[in-house]
Amino acid sequence: MAEIHLNKVCKSYGDVDVLFGIDWTIFDGEFVVIVGPSGCGKSTLLRTIAGLEKITQGEISIGNRVVNDLEPAERDIAMVFQNYALYPHMSVYDNMAYGLKIRGLEKDEIERRVNHAADTLEIRDYLDRSPRQLSGGQRQRVAMGRAIVREPSVFLFDEPLSNLDAKLRVQMRLEIKNLQQRLGITSVYVTHDQVEAMTLGHRLMVLNGGYVEQLGTPIELYEKPATEFVAGFIGSPSMNLLKAKISGDGTKAEFSDHNSLYLASALPSQANRQVTIGLRPEHLMVNKTSQANMSIKVNAVEHLGADTLAHGEFEGCDEIVTLRLHGIVMINQGDILPLEIDPDKVHIFDTETGKRLE
Amino acid sequence: MVENRPYVTFMAHAVLIFGVIIVALPIWVTFVAATHDELRMTQIPLPLLPGGHFFENLNEVLFEGVGSRGSPVGMMLLNSLIMALLIAVGKISISLLSAFAIVYFRFPFRMGFFWLIFITLMLPVEVRILPTFAVVADLGLLDSYMGLSLPLIASATATFLFRQVFLGVPDELLEAARIDGAGPMRFFWDILLPITRTNIAALFVILFIYGWNQYLWPLLITTDQSMYTVVMAIKQLLEAAEETPQWHLIMMTTLLAMAPPIAVVVGMQKLFVKGLTETEK
Amino acid sequence: MLKRVHFGPSVLPFLLVGPQILITLIFFIWPASQALYQSVLIEDAFGLSSEFVWFDNFIELFEDVGYWESVGRTFFFSSLVAALSMSAALILAAMADRIIKVVLAYQTLLIWPYAVAPVVAGALWMFLFDPTLGIVAYTLDMFGYDWNHKLNGNEAMTLVVFAASWKMVSYNFLFFVAGMQSIPKSLIEAAAIDGAGPLRRFTSIIFPLLSPTTFFLLVMNVVYAFFDTFGIVHAVTKGGPARATEILVYKVYNDGFIGLDLGGSAAQSVILMMIVIALTVVQFRYVEKKVAY
Repeated sequence: MAEIHLNKVCKSYGDVDVLFGIDWTIFDGEFVVIVGPSGCGKSTLLRTIAGLEKITQGEISIGNRVVNDLEPAERDIAMVFQNYALYPHMSVYDNMAYGLKIRGLEKDEIERRVNHAADTLEIRDYLDRSPRQLSGGQRQRVAMGRAIVREPSVFLFDEPLSNLDAKLRVQMRLEIKNLQQRLGITSVYVTHDQVEAMTLGHRLMVLNGGYVEQLGTPIELYEKPATEFVAGFIGSPSMNLLKAKISGDGTKAEFSDHNSLYLASALPSQANRQVTIGLRPEHLMVNKTSQANMSIKVNAVEHLGADTLAHGEFEGCDEIVTLRLHGIVMINQGDILPLEIDPDKVHIFDTETGKRLE
Repeated sequence: MVENRPYVTFMAHAVLIFGVIIVALPIWVTFVAATHDELRMTQIPLPLLPGGHFFENLNEVLFEGVGSRGSPVGMMLLNSLIMALLIAVGKISISLLSAFAIVYFRFPFRMGFFWLIFITLMLPVEVRILPTFAVVADLGLLDSYMGLSLPLIASATATFLFRQVFLGVPDELLEAARIDGAGPMRFFWDILLPITRTNIAALFVILFIYGWNQYLWPLLITTDQSMYTVVMAIKQLLEAAEETPQWHLIMMTTLLAMAPPIAVVVGMQKLFVKGLTETEK
Repeated sequence: MLKRVHFGPSVLPFLLVGPQILITLIFFIWPASQALYQSVLIEDAFGLSSEFVWFDNFIELFEDVGYWESVGRTFFFSSLVAALSMSAALILAAMADRIIKVVLAYQTLLIWPYAVAPVVAGALWMFLFDPTLGIVAYTLDMFGYDWNHKLNGNEAMTLVVFAASWKMVSYNFLFFVAGMQSIPKSLIEAAAIDGAGPLRRFTSIIFPLLSPTTFFLLVMNVVYAFFDTFGIVHAVTKGGPARATEILVYKVYNDGFIGLDLGGSAAQSVILMMIVIALTVVQFRYVEKKVAY
């Protein structure tokens, strides 16, 4: 059981900086997810916590112990790798037992722990097999088993589900979540998949280009994205981002086609500034009455069953927007849809800095 | 095969069988010669079918040798075996270690060491025989197993092969091992060696043949008959044949000189082909 | 070429490369530098005194008609060996490629010569062609041809070429078969649908796609013919008759160990080294496409 403190963690490879002063405290027993596009530094951050990479500046502590100079094996952590990293020449049992043997545990104790983990993960029947004989899902379980037997104070997951097919991924996602809840071990999970991030994490860190874009619960990230990047990254289909200008009195956002949108609260300080307006596809309502603010011309329609997605452009300008309508809605290409927009669901970002404006 | 043309297929078999006959002819004739007695081997034309003196000849060659001054071939076979094993095991051991260092460690002069090893590719023993001989003589290694094998042990080829193999090993295995608490040598023994064992075996096959077939080097540094290898002895037998042609015994010795490497190649064909294509590409 | 994940600095890597570096220095670098050094010295026959003579050994070598004859002979010999063993192997491989089911059976029968030491290969062929007893010589005699490689230089050359090519057929065969099997079957099928017959397919599809293999083998065959055939020459002809088969690698040995011309032999070694270096560079040009540093 342990808290993890990251204090101004920096990492660079030669002249190339990958992490810029990351600060974060991960509480005991918490499940946190680091999410971001590929190359954002999320795996590097995880690997610095694991001790597989040395940090260039800052301090990492696990359970009140500064671990900067400790070897991975001394940090009381366990890690699950993307490609599982099972030792191909060892049986499942030996894979799980290897680390314990090196630590010099008693044979009985090793056997007890391995069997217990195998029961938890329902892989008892495979203990004698070699990893080659297992399916992707089974290998994944073995990899988790190897982590569990160490009884570490921290679990680290590096995109553990990305090699599985879609269905298995959903299933394993739930299992990991349940397992973490049951064991109550502090866990850090890295993924590029925002759905995985939202479903698994108590809290999320959105990382982009080595900087933290936002820290928060899934709901905070969805409802109040701190930056334009987070807004576009969280949610599927992703948020519509439109260029606009704040009117002189700060009450409206004006689009290039002279359409405009009243803001929930005026932003006089931003008068005449360029902003980016964010509208979630699910927050755009079709409203055939006179309350409609704007309208779009439909280019393409996708029926997903539970939802209907309509892609179209605002009349008079070429900004493309996506609508997510509940259930099956019969729309045709070329239809003009009048839209109603709830001002409370409008996100405004400074175009220059990408920061949220309120 | 794309289309079914019995005539073409028949042709293909015919050509291959012809090829096999050409390839096998010298070996067959040698085998036949080793199964006849001295008298039959002086009568023209020589036989093309085996005779009944195989074991007799084998016995004579193995334990008494050829001619009055010849040493027993059995001993030479043993010398050849020891030399081949020393060369193969030696090359593999030092190459595994140096490739491990070069691939898995960052340390000063790493690339310098790499190039130093690389240069040995360009120095086959044939082009540096005299000075190498001098070195071995100065070290007092003439007529010894060390002298036979050590100068042939450094090998850029094997180092390159293992370097290539190691580079193909997923990084995560090392990371997993480090998290499991394994140090460098533990990782080397427990993980790296077991997962590269087929590459090692394949290379062993190639190097065993290489070692067994060494000729010029043993010829130069052995003067003591008890250190002769069977391959180099062939030459002396051929010279002796000018005066007293004991072809049945000479050919029996020749047969013994090539039997072990042939057995290795044919018996471990898969490993052999793997080793051959891997070391050269 | 370093792993992304690696161990930090310590004494250990030095201990690991130590054995190989030590052996390389003692048995490769030092002797090679000695060869370089000796190539600019003249030593008397008893090894008592030596004199620094700049490039006199090389000049003497280049003025020696015998040396140039040996150079020409080596190139002639290498071309013949490469041509003969590669074309034989290519034909066999093309045939084996057609009958994929039994290719392993034929392969088993064709790889034997690889295992045979050059000197032993020489002995086998020498026995076949022995002027008084050899089966082939006897057969030739029946057709009225009097074979005697001990007297006739051309016949001696033919014999060493046969022995050298025979040994290399296995190697070439294996690489050609591997090369052919890596050509996608769909290409061959497409050509067949386009109406190309087996011969046409071979000349217009298979052979051009094999060119990397062919080039690689050419280099390897030349290296082999230059350096690995010492045993064959030594056993079969001793460079004779009248130097008809004295190729460069045999000449180095002969001048150095038998003729005791240390400076001249060292100069020849240096030239051979340069040939190896050139061939290695050519070979690596080819290999580097696959090997990334």
